[in-house]
Amino acid sequence: MATAAVRRPNVVVREGAAPRILRVLGKAPVTMLLVVVGLLWLVPTLGLFLTSLLTPADFNERGWWQVFSKPSMTTFDNYRALFDNAAITDSLLTTAYIAVGSTVLPIMVAALAGYAFAWLEFPGRDWLFIGVIALLVVPLQMALIPIFSLYNTLGMFDTVIGLVLFHTAFGLPFAIFLLRNFFIGIPKELLEAARIDGASEIRIFVRLILPLGLPAIASLAIFQFLWTWNDLIVALTFARETQPITVAIFSQLRQFGSNIELIAPASFVSIAIPLAVFFAFQRYFVQGLLAGSVK
Amino acid sequence: MTAEPPATGAPPTAGSSRGRGYWTTLAFLAPALILLGVWMVYPIVYTIGRSFFDRSGDRLIWFDNYEELFTSDILVTAIKNNALWVAVVPALVTAIGLIFAVLTERVSWSVAFKTAVFMPMAISLFAAGVIWRIMDQQDPDRGALNAGIAIVKDAVDPPGQLSDAFPSTEGLTGTAQQGLVLRTPVRAGQVVPLGLTGIPPEEVPEGGVQAVRPEALAGGITGVVWRDFKPGGGVPGRVEAQELGLPGVTVELRDPGGRAVDSTTTEPDGTFRFEEVADGELRAAIGAQTFAKPYGGVSWLGPSLITPAIMIAYIWVWAGFAMVVIAAGLAAIPRDTLEAARTDGATEWQVFRRITVPLLAPVLSVVFITMLINVLKVFDVVLSVAPGSVQDDANVIALAMWRTSFGGVDDFGLGSAIAVFLFLLVIPVLVLNIRRFRREV
Repeated sequence: MATAAVRRPNVVVREGAAPRILRVLGKAPVTMLLVVVGLLWLVPTLGLFLTSLLTPADFNERGWWQVFSKPSMTTFDNYRALFDNAAITDSLLTTAYIAVGSTVLPIMVAALAGYAFAWLEFPGRDWLFIGVIALLVVPLQMALIPIFSLYNTLGMFDTVIGLVLFHTAFGLPFAIFLLRNFFIGIPKELLEAARIDGASEIRIFVRLILPLGLPAIASLAIFQFLWTWNDLIVALTFARETQPITVAIFSQLRQFGSNIELIAPASFVSIAIPLAVFFAFQRYFVQGLLAGSVK
Repeated sequence: MTAEPPATGAPPTAGSSRGRGYWTTLAFLAPALILLGVWMVYPIVYTIGRSFFDRSGDRLIWFDNYEELFTSDILVTAIKNNALWVAVVPALVTAIGLIFAVLTERVSWSVAFKTAVFMPMAISLFAAGVIWRIMDQQDPDRGALNAGIAIVKDAVDPPGQLSDAFPSTEGLTGTAQQGLVLRTPVRAGQVVPLGLTGIPPEEVPEGGVQAVRPEALAGGITGVVWRDFKPGGGVPGRVEAQELGLPGVTVELRDPGGRAVDSTTTEPDGTFRFEEVADGELRAAIGAQTFAKPYGGVSWLGPSLITPAIMIAYIWVWAGFAMVVIAAGLAAIPRDTLEAARTDGATEWQVFRRITVPLLAPVLSVVFITMLINVLKVFDVVLSVAPGSVQDDANVIALAMWRTSFGGVDDFGLGSAIAVFLFLLVIPVLVLNIRRFRREV
């Protein structure tokens, strides 16, 4: 008894101190690891930026990280040349048109349809919605050949509207799915009160659903914008002359080493805008991601 | 809850304006239905039909396109590569995402880490490919990936002082790979000149000074390793003015079996000395490590490693997605469950293995399936990482479909068959999605 009584306080002290030490010690390697991995993850993007400041001669001689020991290697001439290059500035504009159009249109169309699927009664509603879900994972390769022929016939080849419509259609299943699921969570009482007051469906949609659905719409907008800004395959198929920036860079890839003074800064400019959007609206981006994948 | 209005089924206005309601519904749905009909449903039907016709589209050839899909070398390579993608990437991305999510969970500055890892999600896969093509350059002086490997490799196995050189006299024989050996045996008290030529000016080791022929040493062996060449030539085998010593060169004494019994390195003036040399037949040699080539780098963009190289770029982009989704799932696990297990004496590993992972299973499967679909459709990143010359080796189904249809071959029949094949591969996921929805309703 006596030894136990003497020991006990000791034990208590140890239990208090040991976990704390263990926690600090246990955290140190994890912290180190995370710092290293986090920095490693940033290295490739930094590498592109620094490469974009090199002359092709320097690129073919030494790596971008050597600017740290010799900062005089860097030059903004590549960027000056890039923004003097009408083909590149035009393609950036084209990309912007496509991305904005392919963001606004599908959101408008999907919001209407999402409301109908969530709150309007009509025969076959669930079956039609199952059809939309089925279209969610359809590879766009399934549409390239028929739409190529269709655009040739209709003269829509090489037009911004042709690209926007294609992006809109393939963005719709996800957009409808996301918005319908969000709209259905809006309290029923709100809608019924509005209906009893005699509001038309259009009025309810514009005055009630759209404002309440804004978080979901914001997520969707960011998604569509990034997805269409970053597209290569659709533009590569339907736009040979009206090139967005990805296609413009692609056409330079054949001579990677000698065109690097164009490829690197153009690539960096092409990722700068999505990155800005990402950092400004990261919260909505993550929300949309979670709403779309975890259900 | 009981205070809810009893008439749940029909809105009050439904009876009075059924006709108008029908048109309203149609107005809401029509734009979406038209777009989906023209740009998705009609193309699906068309592409399936087109896949049974030949290149011209006039002749019905049934399954010939599908037969070619599984017999032509290029397409079989594409299918094999895609199988590798499916086998490796979804599991790896999910695992990395899980590890990152668990590690960041209890770190206070995790937002910074998550932002760094998640950031590539905003970048196009095409630009990500350009970024990694710069990283993947073979020369360790130019490609960051190989530069990283070179640091490790040179620490373990340092490169030699000279990458190549030839003996200046016929007395010295052998090759750079095995080391250069003096033809005649040496004995104590001898001075051994080991002259080298054929060293490119830019590869002359730094720090070398005027070579010196050392004095003889009683009971030992001395000598000099020097660049036996000066502007204008000079006399081979003789140390002359303007000829530089080669520092840091490994000199060995070898027994008759060729085994090194002693070794030393040279001074800035090229001299070396062995004190107290044992008796017996010994030969002086310049060790092979002197000529060890510097690390040349892994050929990431060559035909054999191109697919792993592209996968690295792809994982770099998608790991953040997996991490963020899994971290959200992790945050939803009740703290009490984990704490209860810890209180009961479970180790962190047991908690992770027995509680965290099973509770996360639905989230992990969502991430895995999402990645599975993404990987089946992989396209842009292949085009931008792989140089044109290795695109056949890096080929995947989606790229093969595009190249067959629009990349010069222009065979819409075969291209359609490849697209249908891709479609068939995602059908299980399509069914899964529908099942999940029907369970909810």
